[in-house]
Amino acid sequence: MSSQQIPEENLPEVQDTAHGAVEGAGDPFADPGLPAHRPRIQDIDERAARRSERAVAFMFTLSMLATIGFIASYVIFPVDKIVYIWPLGHVSALNFSLGMTLGLALFLIGAGAVHWARTLMSDVEVADDRHAIEATPEVKAKVMADFAAGAKESAIGRRKLIRNTMFGALALVPLSGVVLLRDLGPLPEKKLRKTLWAKGKQLVNMNTMEPLRPEDVVVGSLTFAMPEGLEEDAHDFQTQIAKAALMIIRIEPDNIKDKREREWAHEGIVAFSKICTHVGCPISLYEQQTHHVLCPCHQSTFDLSDGARVIFGPAGHALPQLRIGVNSEGNLEALGDFEEPVGPAFWERG
Amino acid sequence: MSTATETQRKAPAGERVADWADGRLGIYGLAKANMRKIFPDHWSFMLGEICLYSFIIIILTGVYLTLFFNPSMNEVVYHGSYEPMNGIRMSAAYASTLDISFDVRGGLLVRQIHHWAAIIFLAGMFVHMFRVFFTGAYRKPREINWLFGFLLFVLGMFTGFTGYSLPDDLLSGTGVRFTQGAILSMPIVGTYISMFLFGGEFPGTDIISRFYSIHILLLPGIMLGLVVGHLILVFFHKHTQFAGPGKTNKNVVGMPLLPVYMAKAGGFFFLVFGFIAILSAVATINPIWALGPYRPDQVSTGAQPDWYMGFAEGFVRVMPGWEINLWGHTLVLGVLIPLVLFGVVLGALALYPFIESWITGDKREHHILDRPRNAPTRTGLGVAWVTIYFVMLIGGGNDIWATHFHLSLNAISWFVRIAFFVGPVLAFVVTRRICLGLQRRDKEKVLHGRESGTIKRLPHGEFVEIHEPLSPGQLHTLTAHEQYKPVEIGPTVDENGVERKPSALQKLRARLSKSYYGEDNQIAKPTAEEYKEITSGHGHH
Amino acid sequence: MKKLSARRRHPLAAVVVLLLALAATGGLYAAFAPAGKAQADETAQSLAIDEGKKLYSVGCASCHGSGGQGTTDGPSLVGVGSAAVDFQVGTGRMPAQQPGAQVPKKKVIYTQAEIDQLAAYVASLGAGPITPTESQVDPAGADVAKGGDLFRNNCAQCHNFTGKGGALTEGKYAPNLEGVSPKHIYEAMQTGPQSMPSFPDSTMPEQEKKDIIAYIETVNGDESESPGGLALGGLGPVSEGLFGWIFGLGGLIAIAVWVAAHTAKAKKS
Repeated sequence: MSSQQIPEENLPEVQDTAHGAVEGAGDPFADPGLPAHRPRIQDIDERAARRSERAVAFMFTLSMLATIGFIASYVIFPVDKIVYIWPLGHVSALNFSLGMTLGLALFLIGAGAVHWARTLMSDVEVADDRHAIEATPEVKAKVMADFAAGAKESAIGRRKLIRNTMFGALALVPLSGVVLLRDLGPLPEKKLRKTLWAKGKQLVNMNTMEPLRPEDVVVGSLTFAMPEGLEEDAHDFQTQIAKAALMIIRIEPDNIKDKREREWAHEGIVAFSKICTHVGCPISLYEQQTHHVLCPCHQSTFDLSDGARVIFGPAGHALPQLRIGVNSEGNLEALGDFEEPVGPAFWERG
Repeated sequence: MSTATETQRKAPAGERVADWADGRLGIYGLAKANMRKIFPDHWSFMLGEICLYSFIIIILTGVYLTLFFNPSMNEVVYHGSYEPMNGIRMSAAYASTLDISFDVRGGLLVRQIHHWAAIIFLAGMFVHMFRVFFTGAYRKPREINWLFGFLLFVLGMFTGFTGYSLPDDLLSGTGVRFTQGAILSMPIVGTYISMFLFGGEFPGTDIISRFYSIHILLLPGIMLGLVVGHLILVFFHKHTQFAGPGKTNKNVVGMPLLPVYMAKAGGFFFLVFGFIAILSAVATINPIWALGPYRPDQVSTGAQPDWYMGFAEGFVRVMPGWEINLWGHTLVLGVLIPLVLFGVVLGALALYPFIESWITGDKREHHILDRPRNAPTRTGLGVAWVTIYFVMLIGGGNDIWATHFHLSLNAISWFVRIAFFVGPVLAFVVTRRICLGLQRRDKEKVLHGRESGTIKRLPHGEFVEIHEPLSPGQLHTLTAHEQYKPVEIGPTVDENGVERKPSALQKLRARLSKSYYGEDNQIAKPTAEEYKEITSGHGHH
Repeated sequence: MKKLSARRRHPLAAVVVLLLALAATGGLYAAFAPAGKAQADETAQSLAIDEGKKLYSVGCASCHGSGGQGTTDGPSLVGVGSAAVDFQVGTGRMPAQQPGAQVPKKKVIYTQAEIDQLAAYVASLGAGPITPTESQVDPAGADVAKGGDLFRNNCAQCHNFTGKGGALTEGKYAPNLEGVSPKHIYEAMQTGPQSMPSFPDSTMPEQEKKDIIAYIETVNGDESESPGGLALGGLGPVSEGLFGWIFGLGGLIAIAVWVAAHTAKAKKS
């Protein structure tokens, strides 16, 4: 909608008295005009001015010395030299000396220039008139006429077929650019639903890279595991571990409140996804007394003794649990993949 | 030839160069308009310069860093000078950042200057933007420049984010993971955008090189264009100024560009650069060697973004975990609502000039700045916005506040949840009251003079403080601001007796306008008559 | 024989005999001493347990029960082992002063000898992790880089990248590891005090614990290097942002005030 015009009387009076003029001497609040210029010490005392000059020159000279110091530091200090400087601590000699000398070299140029401007250049305030930004009606009329003439000569209004097809062509052509983006990545398909875990895959302790045995895992301990066969130098290690990372704890079976959790555990050893269901941080701030696990990124808190349900924070659903058992060698193994997608929720998750 | 020139006075070399350039570029015409251009002196007008200079510093140091940085996620085993990382598997991006920090002489300094300048650039833009806001400098004709500035702030946030993600360290990688999780939460398109952005599943092997081209080319390119446009408009509009004797809406009072501002502004560039260099000599920023290379299964507590993303982090942290599962689909409100709020809070700032101008109906040019107290509703709204912003910043760092002030994390989250709703309302009400109080004090000062601090004993024993009358200049300054009347709906019956129904929008506008300029929302300026009455009757009161 | 008798008078003969005699005595001592020492240890041990029990009934029994069986105020100590006692009492956490979300580290009130006696008594209640020996916790020669990787995998989530500590739920926290002795770090991993889970040798072998200790000493000790300057608490972007606003932007605004200020005018004469 076009905005309703405000009646002029609702706007305040425009108080534009020309500068310098005292209009309407009767008005105590009228603009008295620019105050008279008052000289600085430097303006009237040549000795003070010379002092300023010397100060400016001194700063510029110091700046030169600082640059020389910079080059000297670069040459003198080895890149790995550490020195103790109070109160900074054990810092790199090179970083400190280069930074200080470069900083001083630059700062003193600036300080000199500003001191020069403030004390020696004229400080008489002057008023400059502003000019109207809007064009005069004559200019506007001329522009409008020119535009109309141009539009008429092009006949864009009359030959609608040209106009419409041109708009169509211009609207379509950017599509090529959009299409070209297609190969940025693959389609999601079911990728987010599957991890490396499968029936029979042993749980490998990420500290020792050995298969975990049930007797290794004591109540109150925390261990991280990944699927056997995943190597740290594999090209897709990062992508796989981003979904497969596990957090292994042991709870006395009687203390597990959730029935399914107890069934999917092995003698109280439970395996939960280490990836937070909020936005995917590795969640592992496990408090062994309460069995709560906290996410360091956004503080979602899950109760690992109760099916890892959310008890605080922005996560929307429980951490997925991996069903585990023991194989013939006595090692812990997965009894299948996670039954739901790990990590953050998404539209197709359902 | 030589004889011809010898007969004339030979022009100095500089002039000849200028003549050469003028013949091709027309520089004399440009210089005529701009060389002695007037700039008003006020420290708050230099906030924008801090931003401009830190932007230049960021570009200079950034170019240097590109010479050594390797934006690749290829896995390498580190064997450089930083012993605690020896033999650790990491991306080439992280390894080259370690090399910049430990093997390139001065590399660490340049990295630190780059990052400190970025922190200051964003902080400077924030303060600059609120200087403009609280003084009403965004009003016509500067609304477009407000938008340019706003875009620079938002683009600066994303340039910063993509920049600190490049080293592929454990902290920034966690931030990238958050971004991916947030993208996944978008209905319908989330998984597709995530797959396309990361070239497959998270983290894949593409994101660093893609962020690299966004960080060093796309975003800074747009920002450079906006900065140039911003500056051209500043020159074109000429700077605003505070009210004062001799200063009107039709002039600008200050000192000329040549020489004073050439020296002051030029010198200020060196001051800013030098200061940031010294800062980088004494204080570490983003010590990526202490953070370790990114692994999607590792994390550290205290995982925060840089400060300018902190308020978005706050929204995400304190949001309850709402999730709707229907018909085989998941709507992740717990992440989606914070994302929307992030946009809404920023968008409100961008649109404010247009909203205010619609409410007040003020379509005139303004070159004289408002004092914040003289626009209580605007000032109140601004403070309310800043309150939301800082409450969310607290939310974004809730774990750090918890450990350092011995508070419960959960209690802070609840405080932030409540403060998000209560804080801005409280801030608005209190700020407006303060503004009105200050207006009253100004009125007192105009009518009764300035408190001199001298106590006088009257003959009958009473003690009074002597009030000194203000100078004409001060009187003018304190009464120069404009006072509006609220927009009214107008008569609902027109002159022909036909009933006119005001639209809901008109009613809304009238109400809003009243909240800006209604009776209780501004203190009427002292009139000349009041002043004369009081001053003529001086001595007995 | 002639040869031997002739050499008996050799000036060095006495030295050789002396050396042989010494070696024999040493061998005999070596053969018998362990048994004797073990016996002596056993008596010392039972003495220590008795002493520890006395200390226990004065300082600990009110919360943990007269026999370490635990009460509503304190958990059972049966099976926590000497390492847990050495950690809890050796870092001043025990005896606890006041109830709260977490028992903080404070001034140690027992001597190491008394702590050892307490530990001996508690260890006698049930088998548990044993206080590590000095060589077990000595990080010398450990792999700092491996320790860093292990630290980021197992510890950083609560204790921050370089062990500066962090928040847990409801006012609990993971403490800063600066200045914590290698023995106490080792014991904490071994026993899992308070909220902290344990990292027993079965899932994190002794050598890995040493690597972790070596990493903490390197990045969070008195001599830790911070090449870039002030470490700002090592807390990451929050402290960096605060520093940037207050000192960075604050300093620049102060400079801007100077640049824009009017120069002092000459006094009116």
